[in-house]
Amino acid sequence: MSQVKAAITDRARSERRLGWLLCAPAAIAMLAVTAYPIGYAIVLSLQQVDLRFPDEGGWVGLQNYGAVLSSSLWWTDLFNTVFLSVISVSIELCLGMAIALVMHRAIFGRGVVRTSVLIPYGIVTVVAAFSWQFAFAPDTGFVNHLPLIAEDKDWFGERFSAFAVIIMAEVWKTTPFMALLLLAGLTTIDDGLYNAAKVDGASAWQRFTRITLPLMKPAILVALLFRTLDAFRIFDTIFIMTNGAQDTQSVSILGYQQLISRLNLGLGSAVSVLIFLCVLVIAIFFVKFLGARQPEGGNA
Amino acid sequence: MEHPARQNVLWTIAIVLVLIFALIPVLWIISLSFKTPATITDQSFIPTEFSLDNYKSLFEGGISDSPFIKPLINSLGIALITTFVSIILASFAAYAIARLNFPGRSVMLAGALAIAMFPPISTVGPLFDMWRSLGLYDTWPGLIIPYLTFSLPLAIYTLVAFFREIPWDLEKAAQMDGATPFQAFRKVIVPLAAPGMFTAAILVFIFAWNDFLFAISLTSSDASRTVPAALAFFTGDSSFTQPTGSIAAAAVIVTVPIIIFVLLFQRRIVAGLTSGAVKG
Amino acid sequence: MANIVLDHVTKKYGDGYEAVKAMDLEIQDGEFMILVGPSGCGKSTALNMIAGLEDISDGELKIGGEVVNNRAPRDRDIAMVFQNYALYPHMTVRENMGFALKLAKVDPKEIDEKVEEAAKTLDLTEHLDRKPANLSGGQRQRVAMGRAIVRDPKAFLMDEPLSNLDAKLRVQMRTEVAELQSRLGTTTVYVTHDQTEAMTLGDRVAVMRSGVLQQVDTPAVLYNDPVNLFVAGFIGSPSMNFIHAQVGDGSVELPFATLPLGDDLKQAAGGNREVICGIRPEHFEDAELVGDHVDEGVTFEAKVDLVESMGSELYAYFDAGSENTGKVEQAASEAGLEELAGADTGQVVTRLGPESSAKRGETLKLWVDPTRILLFDPDTGERIKS
Repeated sequence: MSQVKAAITDRARSERRLGWLLCAPAAIAMLAVTAYPIGYAIVLSLQQVDLRFPDEGGWVGLQNYGAVLSSSLWWTDLFNTVFLSVISVSIELCLGMAIALVMHRAIFGRGVVRTSVLIPYGIVTVVAAFSWQFAFAPDTGFVNHLPLIAEDKDWFGERFSAFAVIIMAEVWKTTPFMALLLLAGLTTIDDGLYNAAKVDGASAWQRFTRITLPLMKPAILVALLFRTLDAFRIFDTIFIMTNGAQDTQSVSILGYQQLISRLNLGLGSAVSVLIFLCVLVIAIFFVKFLGARQPEGGNA
Repeated sequence: MEHPARQNVLWTIAIVLVLIFALIPVLWIISLSFKTPATITDQSFIPTEFSLDNYKSLFEGGISDSPFIKPLINSLGIALITTFVSIILASFAAYAIARLNFPGRSVMLAGALAIAMFPPISTVGPLFDMWRSLGLYDTWPGLIIPYLTFSLPLAIYTLVAFFREIPWDLEKAAQMDGATPFQAFRKVIVPLAAPGMFTAAILVFIFAWNDFLFAISLTSSDASRTVPAALAFFTGDSSFTQPTGSIAAAAVIVTVPIIIFVLLFQRRIVAGLTSGAVKG
Repeated sequence: MANIVLDHVTKKYGDGYEAVKAMDLEIQDGEFMILVGPSGCGKSTALNMIAGLEDISDGELKIGGEVVNNRAPRDRDIAMVFQNYALYPHMTVRENMGFALKLAKVDPKEIDEKVEEAAKTLDLTEHLDRKPANLSGGQRQRVAMGRAIVRDPKAFLMDEPLSNLDAKLRVQMRTEVAELQSRLGTTTVYVTHDQTEAMTLGDRVAVMRSGVLQQVDTPAVLYNDPVNLFVAGFIGSPSMNFIHAQVGDGSVELPFATLPLGDDLKQAAGGNREVICGIRPEHFEDAELVGDHVDEGVTFEAKVDLVESMGSELYAYFDAGSENTGKVEQAASEAGLEELAGADTGQVVTRLGPESSAKRGETLKLWVDPTRILLFDPDTGERIKS
């Protein structure tokens, strides 16, 4: 009896070892560039490290954080980032849902829609940013010739009109991904439920709000979680379009400027850590309070 | 009630709208790339004069002087190597997660998820410093390593979803039919796993091809600068003009392979993207 | 409460396929009408057209005297029970049952009353606040019924509601459905592929095949007076035996016996001709067990190929002769019956009393009642009658 038990544990043990062994390289690759650097960033943030003045340095405690949190630039950038994120994600959710519904119910042309929806996903963000920028730029753009738009409108000369273009570019680029995530959720709903609802007397809108939306809640939450975190990290588009001019900077751009342009690793690291904390807060909010669930892995 | 004719019209309108939404920026940049320097500011959607000058100027000067060729080579090389290594690592991990039972399996998945949500900007600073001390700054490995890190979650999730669908018992059946374990693996499992690995590879390639933040932070010259980063630093004819035409041409060249990929493999890509997402 | 009239109702799809062909059917107010037939016969399509879930290509549908072709399901005042129940997974039983009433903006107190009443009828009161995922198959089926009852609609439409239940539960629910319908008196249209359900539940049964209505009658008439080979072979289990035979001289000549024809059959058949003769297994009997009736029928001997004992009865199979096979097969395939007793094996199945001494391989004296035989035209499958 005890021999049989030992054999089973042996097999389980070697399976376990194999599992760890196989996961190790990927795990190392992932941790090496995240766990270590974030630890290092925290360390850097507590020092004064400015590569332009390599001889100055030393531990300064929370002074960098103090400098960042008391600077109005940080708060402006934080506001910008939150503003852009909230607006983009809201638009993407509605548009994405609409596109998902089209893709789900389309009787024909599914392949066409699918392909065209993936093109924004596949395009290099920078390319997309350039395309939108050139479209709205006063010298090269065609947008100012569209009806209802002033011919000499300087989109990038003003904060909120610049925001508008940035949001449009972001929404264009990532709505497809949102649509795909939502589509996956849509397909899990049993079609028969709609027939039952039709017979029960529900109009199309009622079917959507009382059947589709409640049953899609998990998919929507996951999509929102991913997209909000993504939106918070906005960088490429702003860099190309305005590079932060007209007070359109995001926190990531601030980080980049401190770290790479100004080579002030101390301050820049403080910004980085603060960004990390913000992202953490958002993630916790979604998981704990809204109940976003992680998809399952392993043998179902 | 269904009214087939009316419904068809509505669907067609909806599909056309989606198409327009997706394609306008692409068509626009293509159009820009064909405009002559004189007409680049004519502000019309369709070029009034066609020319290939923009494309030619990209390749002038050969490998050493052209602003575009070396970055293109960098992009290709880095993306391909990243894809290759990432898929191998992810396959091992995904195989373990999908097939084996071991503690830490869900930790691995949760960890991968966490990485996917991680803000890369937070690692740029330390990496910048680390790479400079290690001599990895402005090198191919300097970019490949962070790309690996941030593409692995996507690859692992996609592969886990695909591997879970494979009927592993076929391997045993093949062995009963007389195949050695290795033959069984090669002739039965590999063909079944190949589509999933291919899809994951496409997703990783798109990710690496696309990156901008690391490319501009961790490079400083043609040695390893990729196309997205190079685009941001294109210079025009003079310091006052923006090199719109060249940028547009470069953009098109960089985009065309992706569009072809997407066209050919749209079904696979959609399957890969949605696989890990919500099938809870 | 209303009657339902289908007037030349047709369903044609874009590719030209006609699922339902010019169907004429009148369902009386309060009647329990069954639509039965093999899969693909169009019964579910017909039901969906009555519900409004499918468009009607041609013809008129009237509910309660009003033409409703273009009315949405919600405006037809009908309730439907689906094969897989289609219960809303995110709502409790109470909410599931009250959903339609809520949409109709009925007073919440009234909704509660109606839901509780229906729950009591269906024995669901203790499950009212649970979600469908936590219920058994039988309970879910009752919730689906409850959802329909609560609305007090003009008609119930049921699409194979019992087919997902195990055999025993199915029998139990069958009687409950019958009781419910007779108590409520609501017009009901019930679709099934199971002829036993059809025969036991329906006031009248409509037999369909390939989109065409074959016959609409009470179960008894369908059994005794089928209008063609298909209906004759579809109703009754085990199926009617079909034997190729020759009519002449006032009798019909079968491979194993010659049976006298009654006057009306003689007249209907005309002169000498080929026919397909249909005899139900229950109209055979072991000659030993017939007692005084032996002179009313014809006795013959046959070698028993196979005996199946059910306990309450015996099925004995004998060979009718291989010539039989070809003609009957042809007629059968034209009638759309893949399995006609005797069609491919040339075997005749007889149902005998449990005391029969039938044994495999032995010759048995059998008795058959000639007044119960039916004759069919071998080319059209139509019943030969006066």
